[in-house]
Amino acid sequence: MKAATKTNLKLVSLVLGMFCFGFALVPIYDVFCEITGLNGKVSGPTITEYDDNFNSREIKILFVTKNNENMAWNFTSEKRILDAETGTAYTVDYTFENPTDYPMVAQAIPSVSPGKGAQYFHKTECFCFEEQLLQPGEKLTMPVRFIIDPDLPDDVPVLTLGYTLFDISESHIKLQASN
Amino acid sequence: MSAVIDSHSDDHHHGPAKGITRWLYTTNHKDIGTLYLWFSFLMLFLGGAMAMVIRAELFEPGSQIVSPEFYNQMLTNHGLIMVFGAVMPAFVGLANWIIPMQIGAPDMALPRMNNLSFWILPVAFGILISTFFMEGGGPNFGWTFYAPLSTTYAPPTVTFFIFAVHIMGASSIMGSINIITTILNMRAPGMTFMKMPLFTWTWLITAYLLIAVMPVLAGAVTMMLMDIHFGTSFFNAAGGGDPVLFQHVFWFFGHPEVYIMILPAFGIVSHIIETFSRKPIFGYTSMVYAIASIAILSFIVWAHHMFTVGMPIAGELFFMYTTMLIAIPTGVKVFNWLSTMFKGSISFETPMLFSIAFVALFTIGGLSGLMLAIAPADFQYHDTYFVVAHFHYVLVPGAIFGIIAGVYYWLPKWTGNMYDEVLGKTHFWMSFISVNITFFPMHFVGLAGMPRRIPDYALQFADFNMVISIGAFIFGLTQLLFLFIILKSIFAGKQATSEVWEGAKGLEWTVASPAPYHTFETPPEVK
Repeated sequence: MKAATKTNLKLVSLVLGMFCFGFALVPIYDVFCEITGLNGKVSGPTITEYDDNFNSREIKILFVTKNNENMAWNFTSEKRILDAETGTAYTVDYTFENPTDYPMVAQAIPSVSPGKGAQYFHKTECFCFEEQLLQPGEKLTMPVRFIIDPDLPDDVPVLTLGYTLFDISESHIKLQASN
Repeated sequence: MSAVIDSHSDDHHHGPAKGITRWLYTTNHKDIGTLYLWFSFLMLFLGGAMAMVIRAELFEPGSQIVSPEFYNQMLTNHGLIMVFGAVMPAFVGLANWIIPMQIGAPDMALPRMNNLSFWILPVAFGILISTFFMEGGGPNFGWTFYAPLSTTYAPPTVTFFIFAVHIMGASSIMGSINIITTILNMRAPGMTFMKMPLFTWTWLITAYLLIAVMPVLAGAVTMMLMDIHFGTSFFNAAGGGDPVLFQHVFWFFGHPEVYIMILPAFGIVSHIIETFSRKPIFGYTSMVYAIASIAILSFIVWAHHMFTVGMPIAGELFFMYTTMLIAIPTGVKVFNWLSTMFKGSISFETPMLFSIAFVALFTIGGLSGLMLAIAPADFQYHDTYFVVAHFHYVLVPGAIFGIIAGVYYWLPKWTGNMYDEVLGKTHFWMSFISVNITFFPMHFVGLAGMPRRIPDYALQFADFNMVISIGAFIFGLTQLLFLFIILKSIFAGKQATSEVWEGAKGLEWTVASPAPYHTFETPPEVK
């Protein structure tokens, strides 16, 4: 093979490789955020076993609910503040109401701040794991069940769990089926 | 490779074809270089006209001549056209003309692909500009096209924009493959890497940067396309995606991209300063290593464009320190240019004037870049006119002055005639003064808090904005003089010698002026 052809092949494979790398940045970014807790991405529903003699401490948890633009639902949490202890499981109820006269599908996206505390926020059950379909005027209460890891660094006295509710009716098949 | 040999046996005994087909079918590196340069010049005037609209709108506070929606389209396309249409093709054009002559090669390694990579560019920009005549208007989301502005809230024409970016990327990638293969395989016997002219060196490294990041840009716009049309959620939080991811992917491309737009200018300026100082460049080896270091560092600093998205302190510190590190190799280069001039017998022809202005004004742009690199300070400067001042200082008196200097430097070699020195100096002084009138006050209004990308502003910024607009109008008009000087040198002017400049070093100065259609068919011996 000629030297120039060899160079060309190497360069073309570099181009293809970098194109794939661009897409690989998506999972890399997710993994990176999950490991570091950046962006308030919370770790999954898995819960670690704790020693019996872990040191529990008090922590304040704030609950924030927010609608994304043009989202008409009433979306509230039963509590705004919770004085909690690490290592103990809690349940907080959230209420969804569709005040419009057409069925809608919504998805709640969680975010925990400060980011460095996010990875210590373990959810065992959450409405945000699935999408919600509500008929006109329907009201629904759903829980989030969580436990704060006792390993939470001491300089995090308050954790905020925020949910943003997105209207995903347009792209949704479940809705089309129900119509 | 067979293409090279074929085209040679075909063209060996005659010059260029006649008429339009010469340009449509050409595989000659000089013809293609000329095409690139004229295309980029056209784009410079188009992007410049958009800048004039922007400055006319900002001449006084309040709504002046265009609607805010149209203003957004102007600033977006001004950026896109200047970056992808003016600066990058101008450098590729210079590379096509000069690199084969600097390394003693008869042509580029892949002449037919060279033709293709040029001719898809007008197609790409035709598509981009055609969006202005469609419903919804052209792209209006800034040249950085952040999602969701460019996805959820974009005009329907965004698909054309995406396709245009794909084609521009393909053109750049093909051009870069061509340049690298030429430089690695077609150097004259005896020309080792460390004997390569600096313009060739800077382009070799630039081409690698292009190959590494243009595919990432293609990936980013592909993800946008999929989000818009195929229901994916790469950048859509409702579907589990993340808009911040877009900024990471974009700036992973975007930061190396800004060095793509400056490194070849470093090479041009190095040649000009050594020629007109009548001294060999000071610290050639350190120049090469400095370029390589800047290129490598450019891959790990991207998030300094997005300090304010909410990053942990460790991330901010990392990107802040690595960014500041870039000042060291850049400082080495500035030091070497100054040392080359030190005790040289300098003469101030137009290319040298533009190069000295480059060194001074690029350094100002570099220093404001250092200010922006300080993460805590950046929270104040972010998205203000200070940023606009910074990147215009590195791109206008930086990249564009570098290109203009290179055009004056090599113009006699292309046309065979000297340009009009009096007009050239007039062009320089008009440009130098007006570029500073335009961009220097932007530092002040930026520090005072004037946001960028806004068609209106608070009253206290009024006087400075009028000054900026007047400077911009003068700078814009002055470039028409540049067009006139080039045309004049094509049709008339003192016959240039083959050396052109007294004591100019390099193989390109050993061929006749104007350069014959085919040069170095027998490779020269480099000692």
